[in-house]
Amino acid sequence: MSARWATLLMLAAVIAIIPWFFPSGFYFRVAALIWVTALAAVGLQILMGQAGQVSLGHAGFVGIGAYTTALGPKYLGLDVLLCLPLGAAVAAAVAFVVGRPILRLKGHYLAVATLGFGMLVTMVLVNEVGITGGPDGTRVPRAALFGWVIRGGESFYWITGGALLLGVWVALNLQHSPSGRALAALHDSEVAARTVGIDVARHKLRAFVIAAVYGAVAGGLLALLNGFVTPDAAGFLASIEYVTMVVIGGLASVPGAVVGAALLVLLPQALTFLHEYEQAVIGLLIMLFMIFLRIGIVPGLAALLRRKPA
Amino acid sequence: MAGHIMTAELLQFLVSGLTVGAVYALVALGFTLIYNASDVVNFAQGEFVMLGGMVTVFVHAAGLALPLAAAAAIIVAVAAGLLLHRLAIEPARGASAVTLIIITIGASIFLRGVAQIVFDKRFHQLPAFSGNDPILLGGAAILPQSFWVLGGAVLVFTALFLFLERTLLGKAVLATAANRLAARLVGVDTSFVLALSFGLSAAIGALGGILITPITLTSFDVGTLLALKGFAAAMLGGMGSPLGAVAGGLLLGLLESFAAGTISSAYKDAVAFIVILGVLFAMPQGLFGRRSVERV
Repeated sequence: MSARWATLLMLAAVIAIIPWFFPSGFYFRVAALIWVTALAAVGLQILMGQAGQVSLGHAGFVGIGAYTTALGPKYLGLDVLLCLPLGAAVAAAVAFVVGRPILRLKGHYLAVATLGFGMLVTMVLVNEVGITGGPDGTRVPRAALFGWVIRGGESFYWITGGALLLGVWVALNLQHSPSGRALAALHDSEVAARTVGIDVARHKLRAFVIAAVYGAVAGGLLALLNGFVTPDAAGFLASIEYVTMVVIGGLASVPGAVVGAALLVLLPQALTFLHEYEQAVIGLLIMLFMIFLRIGIVPGLAALLRRKPA
Repeated sequence: MAGHIMTAELLQFLVSGLTVGAVYALVALGFTLIYNASDVVNFAQGEFVMLGGMVTVFVHAAGLALPLAAAAAIIVAVAAGLLLHRLAIEPARGASAVTLIIITIGASIFLRGVAQIVFDKRFHQLPAFSGNDPILLGGAAILPQSFWVLGGAVLVFTALFLFLERTLLGKAVLATAANRLAARLVGVDTSFVLALSFGLSAAIGALGGILITPITLTSFDVGTLLALKGFAAAMLGGMGSPLGAVAGGLLLGLLESFAAGTISSAYKDAVAFIVILGVLFAMPQGLFGRRSVERV
């Protein structure tokens, strides 16, 4: 109970305090990118960590959110800020329809099915050049709230930070709700969960839809933050990155997803000085983290701290 | 689309589909071998294919004859596979499958990163092994290299089959796949089997890369897409079944080739994936997969 609030308080404190240490405005953008990415990762954590269902197509939902936000104003005449929840609704609807058959598959078969879904989304984004702008991507209109145009890294920092805080709060509550316990039960054993009366299919589908909504909201925010979207946002590599974030941070841990996202967004930024060695070092670090903190950074460090009391 | 498809066209699609499919099958076989020994889906499998092509290109360019360059590439890939097992998988022994999978993802990023330092970021080609004059067969023009790919793949499939069915070591590999604990109890060194699987997978992947490079070009980042296709092929066939890996790979290649020829080349991958999804909905264990029962 208190651990939940401690996590939230800590995250809120980090969001509130770190801007004091930013040497330049550029850092607001990097941090905003972390919060957005973390929001998508937290969604995947609900699906993978809590419900135990793998997805190699999470970025597909990020892409749906990003492109709905980018294209809605042009094709539907809607305000760009309305397109963000619209993107979430579209993603939820798609997840509901796609999830029903897909979630009957298990383990690696589910992985390849979600992978296929992500590929389909990317393919549409790349090939329907007339609508999506194709591989080069498309511009995103600026958002305005009551005449105030949202721009600048600092505004986005607070908006995305707030969204992440809200997302983590919901995820933590879900984990400790009856629904979350049902997910934990079916994660351990679907047969056992069914035996005690849990509607396994319904709970899995719900987790899938919730994860999709997280992804789509993150995608919409990402589009607004960058002012530009490309199909890469929905690509296979992006999906793999989200999975890596969740696992490296700690599969069973909501704050772990945030830490994993921060790590994977920061590494390329921090290692630019390595130039061509950057990729090799990132790969090496991922391996080292997983070898030495095999249950993930957050649970791993927590276990280490518990072992040697201060 | 014309009203009817000529037999020549059909033959053309068939051969090009089988050629690409053979490479997918080799990648899928690599996945299967490692998966059977460890439950790990090795996402670095595509990098072995990349190493096969790239090392051959660069060693050949340095003046070595093509067969020697190819041998060097296989040695490099096998070394990479064994090191991956020794330095990254073995130290994490006992970790969950998903942790090990992320390690292989890290390894694939690492290998790609090293490849772009050691080699470069450009596309490269190898000369075709027996020239580029197409062979006319039933009205279809077939590249001689296609026969090299198909022949090489058949050779690998046969050799692997004989190894698994006819040798004691091969039976140890099969025993490990069937039940790791039981295999260990009857004296199989499962850790050695795992190392062997990594070495074999790397060699098979590298061979695929060497054979296909004259047709499709290679670069430091070709591994990602091949890993993805190989994984899909392995799942289509049924994870853990070598026969399924071969069937899945060939089927995936054929699907793509016929979809590109008759429906849309932009959406050939989409057609392939929709068929895979359809198969999995009907047969959730893939075409040749074992039905598994969840134990509580």
